[in-house]
Amino acid sequence: MSVPVVIFFVCALLAIVGAVRLILAREPIHSALSLILVMLSLAVLYLLLGAPFIAAVQILVYAGAIMVLFVFVIMLLNAGTEERTDFSKLAKYVGVPLGFFLLLEIGHWLAHSPAGAVVANGAGASGRAADTAKLSEQLFRQYLFPFEATSILILIAILGALVLARKEE
Amino acid sequence: MGFITQHPVLVVSLVKIAVLLFIVMTALAYLTWLERKVIAHIQSRVGPYYVGAHGLLQPLADGLKFMFKEDVTPPVSDRLVYTLAPILALSLALTAIALIPFGPPGVQLLGQPVFIVSNVDIGLLFLFSITSIGIYGVALAGWSSNSKYSLMGGLRSSAQMISYEVSLTISVVGVLLLASSLSFNDIINGPNGQAGYWLHFIPKWNVFPQIIGFLCYLTAAVAETNRIPFDLPEAETELVAGFHTEYSSFKFAMFFMAEYANMITVACLATILFLGGWLSPFPDRWTWQLYLPGAGLILLGIYCAYDTVKTMRGIAQLQFAVVTLLALGGGAICLIPVVAKDIQGVFWFTAKILAILFFYIWMRATLPRFRYDQLMSFGWKLLLPVALANLVVTALVIVWPMLVRHG
Repeated sequence: MSVPVVIFFVCALLAIVGAVRLILAREPIHSALSLILVMLSLAVLYLLLGAPFIAAVQILVYAGAIMVLFVFVIMLLNAGTEERTDFSKLAKYVGVPLGFFLLLEIGHWLAHSPAGAVVANGAGASGRAADTAKLSEQLFRQYLFPFEATSILILIAILGALVLARKEE
Repeated sequence: MGFITQHPVLVVSLVKIAVLLFIVMTALAYLTWLERKVIAHIQSRVGPYYVGAHGLLQPLADGLKFMFKEDVTPPVSDRLVYTLAPILALSLALTAIALIPFGPPGVQLLGQPVFIVSNVDIGLLFLFSITSIGIYGVALAGWSSNSKYSLMGGLRSSAQMISYEVSLTISVVGVLLLASSLSFNDIINGPNGQAGYWLHFIPKWNVFPQIIGFLCYLTAAVAETNRIPFDLPEAETELVAGFHTEYSSFKFAMFFMAEYANMITVACLATILFLGGWLSPFPDRWTWQLYLPGAGLILLGIYCAYDTVKTMRGIAQLQFAVVTLLALGGGAICLIPVVAKDIQGVFWFTAKILAILFFYIWMRATLPRFRYDQLMSFGWKLLLPVALANLVVTALVIVWPMLVRHG
């Protein structure tokens, strides 16, 4: 096995372990840490796909900014351990089988469609490594409107949070 | 053998990482020595003096002391996270240093650049992403100790680092706009390849057009490294020792080393972004500057020799004689023309880093600590608007000719 393949399997395994721990951990901080592990593994996978800019932004924005705030809030509220109740019946009998079905579907698609083959071989392998200048060209020329619309959406969400959090006089 | 020939880049990188790790660890140890000495002299004291000549073996003694102390883990702590926090802090701080180019890519040995461990196209972005997850070391240490003081220290520090990271990043964007690249190499050499001179003697470093950005960066960088006057996370009069109150032995030493490693990273970044990295401040036509490093080391050696004979007695005399020989021998090697040419870049880089580190230590000896509300209002109400204004003005100046041309 070549080095990138080994790195891929290690990171994929770490991402899955992290995701499972995220759901199963009782301590909120442990859940947050597992989520960070998932994000970091994904960043390495982006690097393998030949997208260093996306990888760096993934770490910078998600692991470095958003999750720091999560951890900060958990610390500030000193949130206690989670209390477990029984699984809901709906999740147990409908959700879990549907989840497995989705997994199978994605696997089937990856194995059989041409687009799936590109993803599975890695965009970097096909020599289409995305460089930062091209990415920004696309983002700020062709997709300028969706980009700005998304940022306004986020701004509205922040304003909404401010209004909700404000104490009544 | 087969593995080595199959993956030459991997093996060379590993060797370079090992060498860099050794150098950085030594530098960290002697940075503590330098800090104690400089502060001592500013305060009219002598500083470490008895362990080795001029206290030169003090870092070694401190290291041994840390290793042999009892490692206490509080029974109420979260064991896994408690152990993970110092490891995270130190390993991330060291990873960041590996991204720094210490010399020009032209200096090569066996076809590999000697002074550059990793040449990433988006170097700066990568560095910021690694330093941004460095916050977890401090925050998790505060949380997992399960003690009031640690938690308060951890909370303060994460709030402070989040706040100042914004200003830090924005103060740097002006430089990126001028260089129109994220790679360290392009930032140092400027958009037109080799950096030139204004009026034939002022080097084209980013510090001159971006002086406001530079000041913002320096301020935010001190806050990011949790040093005086922004060392509220470990304000001993209020919080015992802040986030590392419960830590002892080697785990404490790891936080300590991480702090100094972060100082070095921040100084390197300031050098690369604003002070022209490995470029010499003098024009190329002044060829005598090739012999500056050698001459400097030999002068140091002569001073050491004088000191050895004049003031040192007993074992210290022997130790300082070794230092003298090292300085003189190093100086002689640096005077060989081939060597002198190759170490030019590293010499200037190191000199600039040392100047910035000295500035930090000087500040620590001079300034008192901020109050917490002062810290927050300074960061958000003064530093951030100034950094933003600097960014907007820089962007306008760059875009203005294009706007005029297109009507």
